Amino acid sequence: MPLILSEEQEMLQDAANGFLAEKAPVSAFRKVRDNKPADGFCRELWSEMAEMGWAGIIVEEEHGGSGFGYVGAGVLAEQMGRNLTASPFFSTSVLGATAIQQYGTEKQKEENLAAISSGEKLYALAVDEGPRHNPSRIAFSAKPSGNGFTLSGAKTFVADGHVADKLIIAARTSGEQGDPQGITLFLVDANAPEITREYTPMVDSRNAANISIDGLEVTGDDILGELDGGYGALEGILSAGRAVLSAEMSGSAQQVFGVTTDYLKEREQFGQKIGSFQGLQHRAAHLATEIEMMKSAVLKSLKDLDADFDNAGMTCSLAKAKTGQVAQLATKEAIQMHGGIGVTDEYDVGLYFKRVHVAQQMFGDAGFHSDRWAKNSGF
Amino acid sequence: MSDLENFRTEVRAWLQENCPEEMRDGDITAENQCWGGRQWEFQSEAQKVWFERALAKGYTVPTWPKEYGGAGLSADEAKILDEERQAIDARKPLSNFGISMLGPALLAYGTHEQKAQHLTAIARGEIRWCQGYSEPGAGSDLASLKTKCEDKGDHWLINGQKIWTSNADISDWIFCLVRTDFDAPKHKGITFILMDMASEGISVKPIVLISGHSPFCETFFDNVKVPKSYGENNASVVGEVNRGWDVAKNLLVHERGMLGTMSPLRGTSGPESLGKYAAEKIGLDASGRLDDPALRQSIAQAELDNWAYNLTVERLTDEANAGNGLGAKSSMLKYAASELTKRGTELRMDIEGTTAATIGEDGIEYGSLANNWLYNRAYSILGGTTEVQFNIISKRVLGLPSQ
Ligand SMILES: Cc1cc2nc3c(=O)[nH]c(=O)nc-3n(C[C@H](O)[C@H](O)[C@H](O)COP(=O)(O)OP(=O)(O)OC[C@H]3O[C@@H](n4cnc5c(N)ncnc54)[C@H](O)[C@@H]3O)c2cc1C
Ligand SMILES: Cc1cc2nc3c(=O)[nH]c(=O)nc-3n(C[C@H](O)[C@H](O)[C@H](O)COP(=O)(O)OP(=O)(O)OC[C@H]3O[C@@H](n4cnc5c(N)ncnc54)[C@H](O)[C@@H]3O)c2cc1C
Repeated sequence: MPLILSEEQEMLQDAANGFLAEKAPVSAFRKVRDNKPADGFCRELWSEMAEMGWAGIIVEEEHGGSGFGYVGAGVLAEQMGRNLTASPFFSTSVLGATAIQQYGTEKQKEENLAAISSGEKLYALAVDEGPRHNPSRIAFSAKPSGNGFTLSGAKTFVADGHVADKLIIAARTSGEQGDPQGITLFLVDANAPEITREYTPMVDSRNAANISIDGLEVTGDDILGELDGGYGALEGILSAGRAVLSAEMSGSAQQVFGVTTDYLKEREQFGQKIGSFQGLQHRAAHLATEIEMMKSAVLKSLKDLDADFDNAGMTCSLAKAKTGQVAQLATKEAIQMHGGIGVTDEYDVGLYFKRVHVAQQMFGDAGFHSDRWAKNSGF
Repeated sequence: MSDLENFRTEVRAWLQENCPEEMRDGDITAENQCWGGRQWEFQSEAQKVWFERALAKGYTVPTWPKEYGGAGLSADEAKILDEERQAIDARKPLSNFGISMLGPALLAYGTHEQKAQHLTAIARGEIRWCQGYSEPGAGSDLASLKTKCEDKGDHWLINGQKIWTSNADISDWIFCLVRTDFDAPKHKGITFILMDMASEGISVKPIVLISGHSPFCETFFDNVKVPKSYGENNASVVGEVNRGWDVAKNLLVHERGMLGTMSPLRGTSGPESLGKYAAEKIGLDASGRLDDPALRQSIAQAELDNWAYNLTVERLTDEANAGNGLGAKSSMLKYAASELTKRGTELRMDIEGTTAATIGEDGIEYGSLANNWLYNRAYSILGGTTEVQFNIISKRVLGLPSQ
């Protein structure tokens, strides 16, 4: 299969490009940031996105989605990365939808996928328990009690955790910390009284929450996937998340790079366009090459998810590693090459720098993923 | 089944039947390839058989028109042939500068007669070409070349010197840039000319590199007479006189395309990864990681970059086939490939430690790791240095202004 977009996917890209430039450009994101609405994003915009079929982009048509798969989700995320569009797309339409579509029972699909696709319900995945991503160290406890389990513990940095209607929680039903066996995923109502959610504003002005749960009773019906065997499902959901986050970072990197080369062509110092200085040209040429590499890595991981979901984990890791590095380089260079204006709040490049930093940390940074991949490759 | 799928099935079967086992060794190097030419001797019966079968099918130059010895394959078909060949680790039946550089330039700029003579001979592996571009005073600044070419009525008279002419000592013909007008602006007085290396007045002198072994030469032209025409309509000059720069540039794009699509860490990804190789040599720690964390990180990074690079070759080729030509992006591939190639051998040297730094009684052995490591320093210089690729990317891809 060729490593390019199909005609249909290109049309989706054009549509997303047009819609976001009009409804959700960077200036709209700034407004959300400055007005600090309780949700952290604009509900109206989210409904419009849902109407266009974006909320259910990976959900199959029989469950009310638009069936565009991960390449489709990546195409959207890339455009959102270009515009810094804030929405629950990632938490709900990528993580939530993947969890339920790939691992849910028929009943769970019936109950959730249409609600995701219509934009009616929001979802969040609660995995990490410390400042650095480390899914194998899950300690959050789910103790057998009666016919079900009692959940207790704390989760950090849950994207859109404070607004979600439902939470997917990775908990330990058996085994020791560090043991991949013994993890189970639970799908629970986020508004249960045993759940406390604390909104934690982040440097990128996106939404995250710390969540603590104290003695929430759940039953076997709330399990998503297999009892004790949830690590594989978690890996699958994370892989999809990593690939789509990479697509978003790729969009941000391409956008700031475009803005930077435009600036190099306009700005004059020493009586010349600064873009004529070789010291800047060579760095730009290096970065342009890295950006091409990043785009290939992202597209490959998305295509792998669509072609063979269960075996796409390693390419998703590789894409996240490559993209994290390149997007950070692109945003750092963007600031530096803009000179003083680059560090002002008024100018947009700093917003991309902040978002890329957070996206890079989320679900594993470049070091995490190259380590994971090296180990998987036997060294 | 679509036509392309049919083609894949056919090609797979053809390769299975026709490519000898010995030609499927995975480890494809400059040393074990078939180069062709008058001085060529096949290294084995298998190499000869493989070459002859491929030739009969037009597969030495699959995309060239049938009338010039090719198979007339479309870009999509050629990609399939390449994929299927690589899937069984088969070597190319023939590779040389005639195929990768001169051929495409002649296809774009040559007359029918030039194509009929030269392309056919290249396809059949009869003539080996070398490239006479660089001069002692014209490296990166190629257009300041000074080799003088005078019009003497029925022939051209050539005097001057080239340098770095790869394999000049074993090549049959040379494609050369010469100056036909010293008064015109420097890009406007250059002509692209073809010469038989056996011509009187041409001499070559090998250059010894830091790696010891040397396929490189200085080439001297002392009153060399080149006929205006090798037969009717078969001029020695390609394109117009004084307009050779266009042909030269077109050829450089192919050169970069070729250099940029080699697999830099070939044999180091997949099961035969550099990481696994290191694990065997150095060992793993208790957690299953290479027992040298800094080296492990460098290897992982190189393999990661190599993976993204290979995908980029694939993607840009797919994009080019879908209608947007590769153009100046070939400079990106050339730059990335040469840097990765150097990293690959540097890492191998680090993995092997002092073992690889030991040389034989007679110096550095040809084909040894140390030899490759030293030779690979040249990758980011030959075919245009990394800095020159950056200049091209800045101007042609990014449209940045000149001073
Ligand atoms: C936080 C902060 C505090 C400051 N405080 C003061 C202060 O107290 N007083 C004061 O007078 N100024 C101050 N400045 C201004 C500062 O000195 C300038 O920002 C700085 O000199 C760069 O100029 P510029 O911002 O106009 O960028 P530009 O000169 O427009 O540079 C843009 C980019 O082009 C590059 N560039 C420019 N010329 C060349 C060249 N010839 N070759 C290669 N690259 C080139 C630059 O390195 C940069 O990457 C401050 C700036 C900041 C950000
Ligand atoms: C192994 C090998 C094989 C070769 N094979 C052939 C062959 O078959 N045929 C042939 O014609 N040639 C061949 N070459 C020549 C090759 O193309 C030149 O060496 C190359 O173009 C660089 O030229 P130079 O060596 O004169 O270096 P120079 O041009 O003198 O460069 C010296 C340094 O200055 C830098 N530099 C120069 N100009 C600029 C600029 N404008 N901006 C920034 N930096 C700059 C370069 O990047 C380099 O780092 C070969 C070279 C080697 C090493």
